[in-house]
Amino acid sequence: MSDDLRAAVAAGVLGAEEQFQALLQSIVDVARAIFRAKASSIFLLDEEADELVFEAVAGEGSDSLVGQRFPSSTGIAGFVLVSRQPLVIEDVLQDPRFSRETAESTGFVPKGLMAVPLLHDERALGVLEVLDRPQDTRFTLAEMDLLGLFANQAAIALDLLQRARRAQAALAGEGDLAVVARVAETLEQQRDEEDGSRESALRLLTELEKLL
Amino acid sequence: MSEEELPAWSLSAAAVERIALPEEWPGEVTRDWAWGGATGAGARVCVLDSGIEDGHPLVGKVQQSVAISIEGDEVIVDEADTQGDLCGHGTACAGVIRSLAPECELVSVRVLGAGYTGSGAVLLEGLKWAIEQGYDVINMSLSTTKQKFASLLHELADTAYFQRTMLVASAHNMPVESYPWRFSSVISVGSHEGHDPLEYYYNPAPPVEFFARGVDVEVAWNGGGRLVCTGNSFATPHVAGIVALLLSKHPELTPFQLKSVLYLVANNVGGGK
Repeated sequence: MSDDLRAAVAAGVLGAEEQFQALLQSIVDVARAIFRAKASSIFLLDEEADELVFEAVAGEGSDSLVGQRFPSSTGIAGFVLVSRQPLVIEDVLQDPRFSRETAESTGFVPKGLMAVPLLHDERALGVLEVLDRPQDTRFTLAEMDLLGLFANQAAIALDLLQRARRAQAALAGEGDLAVVARVAETLEQQRDEEDGSRESALRLLTELEKLL
Repeated sequence: MSEEELPAWSLSAAAVERIALPEEWPGEVTRDWAWGGATGAGARVCVLDSGIEDGHPLVGKVQQSVAISIEGDEVIVDEADTQGDLCGHGTACAGVIRSLAPECELVSVRVLGAGYTGSGAVLLEGLKWAIEQGYDVINMSLSTTKQKFASLLHELADTAYFQRTMLVASAHNMPVESYPWRFSSVISVGSHEGHDPLEYYYNPAPPVEFFARGVDVEVAWNGGGRLVCTGNSFATPHVAGIVALLLSKHPELTPFQLKSVLYLVANNVGGGK
């Protein structure tokens, strides 16, 4: 990667993750406010681990939940992800199994939840949940549509966040070839030094290349 | 060609009499003609979902519970699955079908529970297996967005249609391409806001073909429980239940005829009479 290109990519990526995370946070904040709900959260699917990760949380649980993980096929969020179907459930307390599961993972037991898959192109990226909207109002299909609109926005934000993370990982040279990236970085920094160590290192690397 | 065989690719003049249908069609098709007095008895309904809790008060007996999984390249069919329902959703769908067709036979084919990865392939294999069993109705409140499964699902949906297995699938109310509900060989179902389980509407602007009860539905859930749920997932088994009633009274109806009858007695067509 040339210096210019590297600088351009870095300028685009540095800070982007924080920005996209702020966007996700803003989505759950607004979703919670519009539905007058106690809490709202976005889960990201970690495909490698086959787990769902709390990526943004508004309201109850917001301090402790971000980063927590659970298997991608359990609970309502898992079902919504795999089936690609949005669900609204009231009276969650009536299901003892569900309540216990949720209480354990979130620290509070919701009476109702809305869950919608976050779909982007062919991929299911995660799930958006809105917990405990007021019980005095009947649920309408207009709210379902509104939830779908939020989901679309959240899916785009999640996609951007994942792209930013991949770009950052590439720049940081993470993974088993990270050492190569670090060596290249060091050689780049020593470009103006004249003690000969850089030349020696380059000669060594040229030999290594032949060996490979 | 033996006398019994019906013409498949063309219709000669001599064969016209042989395709006379046994069904007596009334001058006006009404709900009473369509399913009046029917209980669902004799109709075999498969719920392709997260499993069904056998013996739930709102579900009753589940004839068979099957689980589909994939290990490596091998498809594993466990014909005596003991895991029950891993989510509650399949039990909810089964309860809705049972409430409409109390005497139908219910079979669970579980395609969920093994994680997200590979779930599209399991869905496909589960549907394939269910179609091979020749069930009368398959309820599918699931879909996949993976393009690579679209053509295979399309073939399966057509196979089901031609062998008289009626596939009833949840429509997606989100702006994404997903399958198999979009195919014309299945009945696709969205939700309306009414509360009558037999109230349903034909949609003159497809791909969603019918709208059934899907808002604030009291459904069965795991642990003998009940929940109030909303979603196309719960509208779909309403239509599957109605189809089970229709087939228990008129077992000779083909999917084409079933769709025609459903159209004729929809609330916005025959006025729900």
